[in-house]
Parts: sequence; C-alpha cells; structure tokens
Amino acid sequence: MHKMFLALLALLALPAHAALNVFATVPEWAALAKEIGGSRVAVYAATHGLQDPHRIEAKPSLIARARSAQLVVATGAELEVGWLPVVLRESGNRNIQPGRPGYFEAASAVALVDVPKVLDRAHGDVHAAGNPHIQTDPRNILKVAEALAARMAELDPAEATAYRSGVQAFAAKWRAALARWEKAAAPLRGVPVLVQHRAFPYLTDWLGLREVGVLEPRPGVEASAAYLAEVLARQATQPARMVLRPAYQHDAPSRWIAERAKIPAVTVPFTVGGTPEAGDLFALFDDTLRRLLAALPTP
Amino acid sequence: MKHRSLTALAVALSFTALAFSPPAAAAAGDADLAEIRKQLQQMKEAYEQRIAALEQKLAQAAGVAAKAEGTAAKAESVAREAESAARQASLRPPAAAPASGFNPEASLILQGQVRRMKDVGDRRIAGFWPTEVETRRGFSLDESELVLAANVDPYWRGQAIVALIDGEAEVEEAWFQSLGLGNGFGLKGGRLRSGIGYLNEQHPHAQDFADAPLIYQAMFGEGASYTQDGVQLKWVAPTDTFFEVGAEAGRGAAFPGSERNKNGAGGGALFAHVGDDIGVSHSWRAGLSYLQTQAKAREATFADAGGLDAATASFDGKSRTWIADFVWKWAPEGNANYRNFKLQGEYFQRRERGDLACANAVQSLGNNCDPGNTGAVVLSDYRSRQSGWYLQGVYQFTPNWRAGLRYDRLDSGRRDFGANAANVVVEDFRPKRVTLMADYSWSEFSRMRLQLAQDKSIPGVTDNRVWLQYIMSLGAHGAHKF
Repeated sequence: MHKMFLALLALLALPAHAALNVFATVPEWAALAKEIGGSRVAVYAATHGLQDPHRIEAKPSLIARARSAQLVVATGAELEVGWLPVVLRESGNRNIQPGRPGYFEAASAVALVDVPKVLDRAHGDVHAAGNPHIQTDPRNILKVAEALAARMAELDPAEATAYRSGVQAFAAKWRAALARWEKAAAPLRGVPVLVQHRAFPYLTDWLGLREVGVLEPRPGVEASAAYLAEVLARQATQPARMVLRPAYQHDAPSRWIAERAKIPAVTVPFTVGGTPEAGDLFALFDDTLRRLLAALPTP
Repeated sequence: MKHRSLTALAVALSFTALAFSPPAAAAAGDADLAEIRKQLQQMKEAYEQRIAALEQKLAQAAGVAAKAEGTAAKAESVAREAESAARQASLRPPAAAPASGFNPEASLILQGQVRRMKDVGDRRIAGFWPTEVETRRGFSLDESELVLAANVDPYWRGQAIVALIDGEAEVEEAWFQSLGLGNGFGLKGGRLRSGIGYLNEQHPHAQDFADAPLIYQAMFGEGASYTQDGVQLKWVAPTDTFFEVGAEAGRGAAFPGSERNKNGAGGGALFAHVGDDIGVSHSWRAGLSYLQTQAKAREATFADAGGLDAATASFDGKSRTWIADFVWKWAPEGNANYRNFKLQGEYFQRRERGDLACANAVQSLGNNCDPGNTGAVVLSDYRSRQSGWYLQGVYQFTPNWRAGLRYDRLDSGRRDFGANAANVVVEDFRPKRVTLMADYSWSEFSRMRLQLAQDKSIPGVTDNRVWLQYIMSLGAHGAHKF
C-alpha cells in the first residue's frame, strides 16, 4: 500500500510533457494548433470531420484526454454545450476550466452573426451567442490563429517566440492563399444557393453567395416532406443554383431538392477531414471552392 | 422633424387656450377686442419667426448630421477594426450580459403518464425486502424536477434538483462540486446520487425506459437509486484510457441503510470505472462498485407464516452490495444523429447480515411471532445473499425514433431467517420482466414514449402493463453524462 502510494506520488510529480498538450473539440482547431505549434504541440481532436459537433457525448475517452490537456481549444458560442462542460468538469483538470488561460474559445476572436433577437425554443435549437460555424470563412481562421498563438505563448512561455513566428509564417501563407481563393471564387459572387442547415452564413458572406432558403424549418429540426415541397415550390420564383450541405449531415434532404429542382447538391467539407480531399486547413478551402465552382454551369 | 412638430403643437395649444378663454372676455368692449386682436397678431408673428428660425437651425443640423454620418461610417469601420484588434489582444469574450446573466442555468422537467396495469393488492417484488412499489393506475403526474446549476466562483460549482409534487418539494440532489482541485481530483459534497453502478447517477428523465430496472427498485426502494448526504472524492488517472476511482462517505440513511442518529459516516461506497473508444464508431465504459450501509430498526411488513395477521420485521445489521456494470455505444462513424445503438447491463449482488426482530403489526390480533398479542418479540439471525441483473438495448433508427428492449431477472437467493423462518412467509422466487419501448423525440427537449411490459415479480401474477409517458424539458441545455 505504502509503495503504491509512493508510486502514485511519483506519477503526479512527473514533469509535464515537453510538448504543449492541446485538446481541440473540432478538427479545424486541431489543425490550426498544429500549424502554429508544429512539433511543439501534441494535439488531440475530440471529433472528426463526419461528426456533428453539436451532438457528441461526454465519452470516457474524451474525459481521459481532457485530464492531461494543458489547453482546450473549443469553438464556443454553445456549439459544444451538450458535452464539453461535462467533459471539462469530470476531467478533474483545473487548468482547462472556462475562465482559465487553458480554456480558449475561437468564437471570442471573431464577430458572430445570426445572433437571435428572441431566445425562444419555439424557434428551434438556436444559439444565444450567434452562429457558431465560424470556420467556414478563412478570414476568421486568421483572426482565431492570432488569438490562439497568443494564448499558446502565454501557456508555454519558453516557446513563445516559436509560436509567434509560427503564426506569422502561417498568416503569410494564409494571406497568399486568401488572395488566390478570392480570385478563383469570383464567379460565385451573387449566386443564389439553398443550404441544408443554417451552417454557412460566414461562407456565404465571404464568397458573396446569396442564401435563398434553408432545408430546415428551424435550426436543428429535420425537414418534413411538406416543408421540402414548399422550398421546392419557391424555386419557381426564387431559383437557387445549388444546394449546400455540411459533410456531417446525411444527404437525403439536399438530394431530394437537387433531384427535383435539377440543381447540383454540393457537399461542403465544412472542416478538416470532412471530405477525403480536405486533409488540412489549406486543402479545406481548396476543396470547398473546387466543389462550389464545379457546381456552376460551365460557360 | 420632432422639434418642428413640437413647436407646432405648442402654437396650436396656445391658440386653443385663447379660444377657450373664460366668457368674461366676451363682455369686454371693442377697444379691448382690438387690443386682443393686436396681441394675437403679435403672438402669431412672434411664433412664425421662431418657427422659421427653428426650421433654419434644423436644416443646418441636418447638413451637419449628413457630414457626421460620413465621418461616423469611417469611424465605425476604424472602430470595428480596433474592436477586433482589442478583442484579439484581450482574448476575452465581450462582456455582453446584464447582471441577470449571472442567474443560474435553470431547467424544469415535466413528466407524466397514463398507465394500464393490474390492480394487485399486495404489490411487491417477491423474495426481496419489501419496499414501496409504484401502484398508480390511469393518468398521473411524475415529479416535476426543477434544476438549478451554476458556477459558484472559479473554484466551485453548485447544482440543486428539487422534485415538486402535490404539496411537497423534495430536495433530490443539492451539491457543490470542485472546479479547482486539479491533478484529476474532483470533490462533490451535499446530497448526491451515488456514483455506484451505471444508471444510479441518472435521473429518470434521462433514462431510456419509463421505469427503472427491477433490480434498482429491489435494491434501493421506491426512488430506485441510492442517494445520500455526504461527500464524494473522485480521481481520474492521467492515462489515455479512461480510468477513474471514487470513494463516498455519507449519512447512509436511505434503504438498504436506515437513519441511525450517529456521529461519523453511516454509509460508504467505492467505485472504479474504465472506458475507451474502439475505432471511431464504438465507445464503452465498465465499472465495479461496492456499497456498504448499516441499518438499525429497518422495518417492513411480512405475511404471517400461519396465515394470521401480518408481522412487522425489524432488521439491525450490515448490508453490502456489489455492482458490475457496463455500457457500450455504437454510432456509425461516431455520428449518433441518425442511427445509434446502446447496450447496457448491470449485475447486483447484496449480502445482509444481522438480527431480525419479529413482532405484531399495529392493530394486529396476533400472529406467529406474538400469538397472544402481548407485545412479545421474537429475535433471530438474519442473513441473505440475493442478486439480480438487467440487460437492455436501445436502437435509434431515425433522428426522431428509438426502440428498446429490456430484460430484468432477479434471484431471491439464499435467505436465512433463523428462528423467524417459522413465523413469517419467506418467499423463494425469481422475479422477471420483459419490457419493450418505442419513443419519439420532436427535439432533444421533448419526448413521448410508449412502453409495454410483462411483469412477473409476484408468484402467479403476470401483469401486462402499458405506459404512455411524456418528458419535456424547459430551459437550459443540460449536458448529460455518457
């Protein structure tokens, strides 16, 4: 018993791993932490590209990983409200509790849109803080990158300069990519689109796409056949040219509309790993644009 | 614009005031009238001048405003940049909420049902220590649970669950939880559902069937969960595979223990959990728990062995319960939205050892323990080893629909009543139950459930039950445990 206790103490006294232990709730922030920190960070992504980040359970594996994390990178804006609070509290890790430097919310670095004026569940599963799907606008990624790098530097002062130069290098590459993407995306400006879930306000804002309808009667509520028929009827007066769906949602509603309205259904990778091509943050937007542009009729 | 209309109103009012002056004015002479007319004319001119001056001022102001607007737009964009820069620099979310933002997360759970079951006089789980069993038929309301939770400060969090029913408000749970211990430790104190087993911590509204497994009812009585006032310390190991151990000490007043009016701990529990993922689609958790309680004068009514009036048996002694539990969840690609499956099972074994005192029940005319109704008490040893288990699977096959099957099996096991074996009826029985359920959820906040059960917990009685239950949650988005 005595020996066991000593062994336990020794275990607790072990110095922290050399690498900064990062627990990211979604793949995009895992990828971003890796871009900034490189080999200085050990990153764990709690979800992958085909999971709905709203509906994750506080699984034992997540509690175990949160236990030894030094930094939790979450989206915030209630995206992870159904599971992350339990994971954090059950982890027994004081450093990653909200309010501590080890808890970072990406949404705190950007201005959110779709902030509901009325908070009433009759309007569906609304997010009080605004729409949390900020990662679909690459300009937001840049803002989050700067804030995240500052936080990483704060937590791991020994490597602070490395994180700073990491984010600078990333930002330079990202700005170049942004210019390239925006040039390529010019034909998308003003194109009317339908969306399967209200997940794209940041993407449509960035690309100038015009959202003319949603395949959910209310956020988080599955469309009925009657509702879809209603959306389809609106095609006559307000024709959309494609229908967008985040990769983690099943494709039935968007396929239904696409077949009847004779418009392409576009699977947007939505996050790193959402499609096989979207292997990292750069590829995420390369692939997003490639898929959107491919849905436009060739001139 | 506003200024102008205000001035016009003032003018109109003064004229009206003049027009309705007291009749004394009518009696005045022509000279007076001319004087009045002159004065009116002067007033009118004065007002017209003032209106013109105001209009001019307004026009100027409008021009300035237009310019200001342009400047403001510029300033706004600068401000917006500055704001985002500031936000990034401070890395703090904007302080948006008013003071009411500090109010606790509140939610209210509404539950009720309509139930069809046999009208059995002596409803019980045969072969087990008699406890209260739900007997209400027809329409009924379950407890409405009011949940309040919030972070107290950076170090503590608090939560209270108050069950409201018919003139009663019962504190189901009220505890604080540490946020700041670190190193994997978590401390909870207050009235809490024990961490033993798998279902024990879950409130009925979070469970997959309308009633608790039979073994929970047999082991913990009507509430079907072990709750005590006390403290719980947990520790999560710093390993990639989830491993957690916990210990509890508390009052131990709830069944199988009893209120004992003593210093120190009246009951204690130990538990360990291990869990992980297998690939992206599977996750699991398994646990082993131990609960020890002490009872003093734990009373129950038993049937008399001689067919006379019922006897009151009172138990003094120790109760030890072991629980092995597991849960396994499957969701294709880890995406549980459309389809998922959950399999869970728990095995319980309880050993009790102590003394049993058999006496007359109140207003009894006499029974085997006290044939002459003289207040005699028969003392004996009491030992038991009883067990039970359940296994259930719930399959969600569309975003809204789920279906589930549960099998309950109990074994009254070995019960040694010593000398009292001749006085009270000792039932040897293996209760069992099969339950089928299907539920529909409009959203994660509302659910309607139909449940069919064939219950054989009393010898010779097959009770086919039908439940239609609703569960509605209002308010905060409570996150549930795995």
